[in-house]
Amino acid sequence: MKALLGTKRGMTQIWREDGSRLPVTVIDLEPNTVTALKTEDRDGYDAIQLGFGAIRAKCVAKPQLGQFAKAGVEPRRHLREVRGMEGEYAVGDQVPVTAFEVGSKVDVVGTSKGKGFAGTIKRHGFSRGPVTHGSQNVRRPGSIGMCKYPGRVIKGKRMAGHMGNERVTVKNLEVVAVDEAAHQLLVRGPVPGHDGALLLVRTSWTGKKKS
Amino acid sequence: MSTPVTQIEEKYRKTDLPDFQVGDQVAVAVLIREMGSGGRGKMEEKTRTQNFIGDVIAMQGKGIRRAFTVRRVVQGEGVERVFPLHSPLVQSVTVQRKGDVRRAKLYDLRGKSGKAARIKERQHGRDKAGGGASTKKKTPSASADAPEANTES
Repeated sequence: MKALLGTKRGMTQIWREDGSRLPVTVIDLEPNTVTALKTEDRDGYDAIQLGFGAIRAKCVAKPQLGQFAKAGVEPRRHLREVRGMEGEYAVGDQVPVTAFEVGSKVDVVGTSKGKGFAGTIKRHGFSRGPVTHGSQNVRRPGSIGMCKYPGRVIKGKRMAGHMGNERVTVKNLEVVAVDEAAHQLLVRGPVPGHDGALLLVRTSWTGKKKS
Repeated sequence: MSTPVTQIEEKYRKTDLPDFQVGDQVAVAVLIREMGSGGRGKMEEKTRTQNFIGDVIAMQGKGIRRAFTVRRVVQGEGVERVFPLHSPLVQSVTVQRKGDVRRAKLYDLRGKSGKAARIKERQHGRDKAGGGASTKKKTPSASADAPEANTES
C-alpha cells in the first residue's frame, strides 16, 4: 500500500488516439516527508506519519515545532498517519509521486464540497410532486411516518439537512499519467472537493485477495 | 493564465491549425475508422480520411474543448457536423475561402437556400472590411484562444 497527500488542481480532458475523450483530474503530489513512525511497541500499532505542504515556523505551535525538530524535518502543514507502508521508509525520507504507477488503481479521499442546508430531493434523491393542477407538494418530503403506532418518527428517517463538506472516498480511479518533474498525478474521473482541496491518494484495496 | 490544468491541456493541443473564423469555407480532413470485410467474411479495421467541405457557422468552447460547426448542402439537404478542434480524428483544416460576416453564429443560414444562403467573400483584411461591429464582437473570443487568435489584421 502506498499513500500520499496532495492538492486537487482541477479537471480537464485529454484525447485518446481513437478520438474519444478522457476526463481527468490533476492532482499535485509534492513529495511527502515521513515525519514520524509509530511502532507496535511504543504506540500499540504500526503506522507512518506523512507530512505535506510548506508552512512558516512561526505559524506552528511550539510543541509541534519540537516534534519536527526532533525528527529533523522541516515543519509541514498537514500531517496524516497511514497504515500499510511501514518498514519501507525511515523518518526524514521523501515519498515522491512515482510511488504510483500508470495504469494502476487508486482511491482518493477528500472532503466534498459543502452544499449547505439541502432539501430531500437534492440530498437523498427523493422525487418531486406534481407542479400543476393545484399541487402544493412540489419539493416537500411527504409523509415521515405512520400514526398513533409507533407515534414517533423512525430513527434514521431521511430528511432535509446539511449536505456535503464530509469525508468522501472515491475508489478505483485509474492512474492516467505520472509526471515526476511537475509532481503531478492524473487520474480518470472526478475526485471530491473544490480545487486546492487536500486529498489523500492511496493504492486501491478492492479486488485484492486477503493473504 | 498558466495553471497546472492549462499546462496539461497545452500538451494535447494542436499548434498547426490555420487561422479560420465563422463564415469561412473550410475543408476538414476527418479520419474514419470502419470495419470492412477483408474478404471471406474476415473483419478488419480500415482507416481512411474523408474531406468534409462547408461553411463554418459556429465556434464554441475554449482551450482544448474548442469546437466548430461546419454546414454544407448535399443534394438539397443541409448537413451539419460539429468537430472538436483538437480531436486526433480531425487531421487538418484547410481554409478555402474567407467569408465576410457580421455574426458570431450563422444559424440563420439554416432557413435559407440558394442565393440567400451565400456568404460574401472577404476582399480585404478584417479592419478594412468595414465590419466594425463584428470586429469588436469577435476580438474577446479570439484572444481567449491562441491558435484562433486574430492575426489577420
